[in-house]
Amino acid sequence: MSASSIGASERRTEDKRFITGRGQYTDDIRRPYQTHACFLRSPHAHATIKGIDFKKASKMPGVLAILTGDDIANDKIGNLICGWMVLSKDGSPMKAGPHPALAQGKVRYVGDSVAVVIAETLDQAKDAANAIKVDYGVLPAAADLAKARDAGAAQIHENAPRNTIYEWVIGDEAAVDAAIKRAKHVTKIDIVNNRLIPNAIEPRAAIGEYDQGTESFTLWTTSQNPHVARLVLSAFIGIAPEHKFRVIAPDVGGGFGSKIFIYPEETVCIWASKKVGRPVRWTAERNESFQADAHGRDHITHAELAIDEKGKITALKVKTLANIGAYMSTFSSAVPTFLYAPLLSGQYEIPSIYCEVDGVYTNTAPVDAYRGAGRPEACFVIERIVEVAARELHIDPAEFRKKNFIKSFPYQTPVASLYDAGDYPGALDKALQQHDYKNFGKRKAESERNGKLRGIGFSSYIEACGVAPSAVAGSLGCGVGLWESAEIAVTPTGMVEVLTGSHSHGQGHETTFAQLVSAKLGIPMDHITIVHGDTDKVQFGMGTYGSRSGAVGMSAIVQAVDKVIAKGKQVAAHILEAAEGDIEFSDGRFKVAGTDKSAAFGEIALAAYVAHKFPTAQIEPGLKEHAFYDPTNFTFPAGTHICEVEIDPETGVTEIAKWTAIDDFGTVINPMIVEGQVHGGIAQGVGQALLENAVYDKNGQLVTGSFMDYCMPRADNLPSFDVDYVFTKCPSNPLGMKGCGEAGAIAAPVAVINAITSAVGHENVPMPATPNAVWAAIQKSAKLRKAAE
Amino acid sequence: MYSFAYHRAKNVKDAAALLKKADDAKLLAGGQTLIPTLKQRLAGPGALIDLGGVKELTGIALKGKVLVIGAMTRHAEVANSKVVKKAIPALAELAEAIGDPAVRNVGTIGGSVANNDPAADYPAACLALGATIVTSKRKIPADKYFKGLFETALADDEIITAVEFPLPKKAGYAKFPNQASRYALVGVFASTGPAGTRVAVTGAGESGVFRVAEMEKALDKNFSAKSLDGIAVKPRGLNTDIHASAEYRAHLIGVMAKRAVAAA
Repeated sequence: MSASSIGASERRTEDKRFITGRGQYTDDIRRPYQTHACFLRSPHAHATIKGIDFKKASKMPGVLAILTGDDIANDKIGNLICGWMVLSKDGSPMKAGPHPALAQGKVRYVGDSVAVVIAETLDQAKDAANAIKVDYGVLPAAADLAKARDAGAAQIHENAPRNTIYEWVIGDEAAVDAAIKRAKHVTKIDIVNNRLIPNAIEPRAAIGEYDQGTESFTLWTTSQNPHVARLVLSAFIGIAPEHKFRVIAPDVGGGFGSKIFIYPEETVCIWASKKVGRPVRWTAERNESFQADAHGRDHITHAELAIDEKGKITALKVKTLANIGAYMSTFSSAVPTFLYAPLLSGQYEIPSIYCEVDGVYTNTAPVDAYRGAGRPEACFVIERIVEVAARELHIDPAEFRKKNFIKSFPYQTPVASLYDAGDYPGALDKALQQHDYKNFGKRKAESERNGKLRGIGFSSYIEACGVAPSAVAGSLGCGVGLWESAEIAVTPTGMVEVLTGSHSHGQGHETTFAQLVSAKLGIPMDHITIVHGDTDKVQFGMGTYGSRSGAVGMSAIVQAVDKVIAKGKQVAAHILEAAEGDIEFSDGRFKVAGTDKSAAFGEIALAAYVAHKFPTAQIEPGLKEHAFYDPTNFTFPAGTHICEVEIDPETGVTEIAKWTAIDDFGTVINPMIVEGQVHGGIAQGVGQALLENAVYDKNGQLVTGSFMDYCMPRADNLPSFDVDYVFTKCPSNPLGMKGCGEAGAIAAPVAVINAITSAVGHENVPMPATPNAVWAAIQKSAKLRKAAE
Repeated sequence: MYSFAYHRAKNVKDAAALLKKADDAKLLAGGQTLIPTLKQRLAGPGALIDLGGVKELTGIALKGKVLVIGAMTRHAEVANSKVVKKAIPALAELAEAIGDPAVRNVGTIGGSVANNDPAADYPAACLALGATIVTSKRKIPADKYFKGLFETALADDEIITAVEFPLPKKAGYAKFPNQASRYALVGVFASTGPAGTRVAVTGAGESGVFRVAEMEKALDKNFSAKSLDGIAVKPRGLNTDIHASAEYRAHLIGVMAKRAVAAA
């Protein structure tokens, strides 16, 4: 087996164990003397807890402990935290209400944990949970985002009047208002970005274990960032000091953001393991995932776009209400602010932008980052309003976009983002050509002959990935640095262990990271092992989210590999009896420049450990290097997606007829894996646009509490995607990578809605554009046309 | 799941005896509704009487001009049966579109008819074809069998043994699936034959499956999709939920009825 290369579509090495059932997920792990936890959850969206009677339950067979919020308070276990400070426009800090792991005095959403039963078996735990009597004082619920700030709405947290957490602003309001006043044309839209439930295929799970001998804790959990989980659980929640606390995130079956956060259940399992003196395990049932995983999106937005007589955009004004849910989840504050508004410029030169975001409490599950996290919402606003503007001005939407594209870099937007590189017209042109845009009219006529409507929609998206330079994140209120770490440990036989702070939960890091190291060191991929997800093995890391593992995680690996090569050169100089400056490294060999003298990577590794032939006073024995890498900027993947739909006007059913995706991800390590990411992202975006919707009724009951009512995309909802790329190198990291994990989910929803609205001739189509919604829009459009005639 | 006593019935007589004797017992056919309900602890019957081993309840046979399908016959068997495909192709097509392969390989016609889910497919076929529900005690015409949401004419100790379908001259079924559950949001079964001309709608009605007299009258004169032009079903009495409004369901009944007739 020879070395791999950057750009090779290597098969995913991890898939063998996944598809043969040999993965080790948290729920697969069995611990001696383990016990089972069952959470008693609130059936009410908003209620005081007047009393909890578990006398009968605690005597039931197998019950070891029943714990409540009082026990949390007595043990001085800290509240869960939101790790990103957001300030209101008046400078006041966000108003975070207390979030205990088990409710104290009050429940605030359906699914809020009131008590936990620890028992010998899960059935016994469930039986006992059933027997607990909670005396609730039911309160009116503020479940509707649009009404939660009304006078008289139920007050969810004492410290957040009118359920308002912050009123955050960015940009120059006066300049924007002036531009709108001067504008030749102003396009206005009102949109709802529908609420989604993540639904990773593996539900959340945790096993907490306390070792009385060493007084240390181990938590196995479904985490995208085990080190951050350990940090928060030790430093803020106060479970145990970090050095007495190991967090292991083994194989994890999908996250999409929902496994970034530090949740009540995982916290309770690790805390309770000491209380009962035995391991405590919990795996969410699907209904618990629906109720108590952090949800995504959920915005109500009004936007106005000012355009001058030349068809150039002059200003954008946006007002957004963001639903935060009943408690502030770990990164909930940042998602609708810093991860949202800085992308509102899209791919366009817009001289002035102003955005207001109000973060609002409601009696619903917490809302936090979900694939794209703020950026799909921003993309939806800008790409929807640009499309509507082009239609109102009777300009071809592609031409209107091109006219307003940013064409030179770096480009400073008026909303903080500094775009480093891109080729927006290049991506759009390639998309138009590959999609055969010029023959769209013919295809539309053909559809009409068959009694169908046909529409086309663009999405020239941009996102900020590779989160982020630590100093920038810090200046924006982030509580942690967002660098990444890597360690390259070479064994005496020249095998390589790569320890990374990134975490793979479907991304295929075991393949792409090995591929990178193989290419850099010139050794076969199967000489390389990727180690991640264990705080006892990897010293520290920030984890995987925000499409950061390529741009940040792999950059750290490159930095550590470069250190290994440098050290190898020092050793090789002695072995090959040449000056260190004459040693070159390529194709897996250390070579003396201008001679045929060389030594293989493995030979030098052995020499480094044998340490016979170099002065160990100057050169330490061994071959192991560590790096922390902090990027210089975010990365800015961008591209154009075109969605073409055919609609049956009789039923309102939308079929996606054609999809072209042209993305610029910078350097691509493994095109097959990247294409998979694009497919998955588009599928999720189509899910949001056509199918998925988390619905609470006015009392705060989750109506879509199962797959019977919450519709995930299936294969037959999706077309075959045409995926291709343009390339601009990212100047902000050594590999030139931008990230690809979220692009599809960001680009897709608005492409679908732009296509549907073009087909039905009516701009007011909600997400999800269900057959009923599309049919209603067709009726409205027909009525309006009739009235106009 | 709560614990319960489990009985495996040997034959219908045995099952009926167990049903009478056992405390708060439920019959287990394919279990496609019952098992998830048990797993979620939404039901806690004292006993389950499993009909899986009762041979006399399975099988498909053409008896003169009547198609007889045993209660424990799986949807997949109906879908793939040469007899059904020849006798009432619309019924085979209906079975082919229930749930997914896992559901079709386990779910049964008797279980579906006994449960009378307001969005299930079989009730529409039974009503539109003028089927007879054969039980351990009697024969019940479909017209007198479906009583509302999950309600039927079955007595507590009565077991469906078969469903008899008189062969229609023409029959067609058109289903508009709920995107999430893929149950019928609106399903229309239209037929003409010995039971007259009938149009039965599932998925849409507030009280379960129902017939549309105006459509039946028009189709009786001329069994073609065109005959349904201008016949509008009123939204009153139809469901409104997060998936569809009553207005939309009313509209879809018209569309699906035409498609059912066209497919017949």
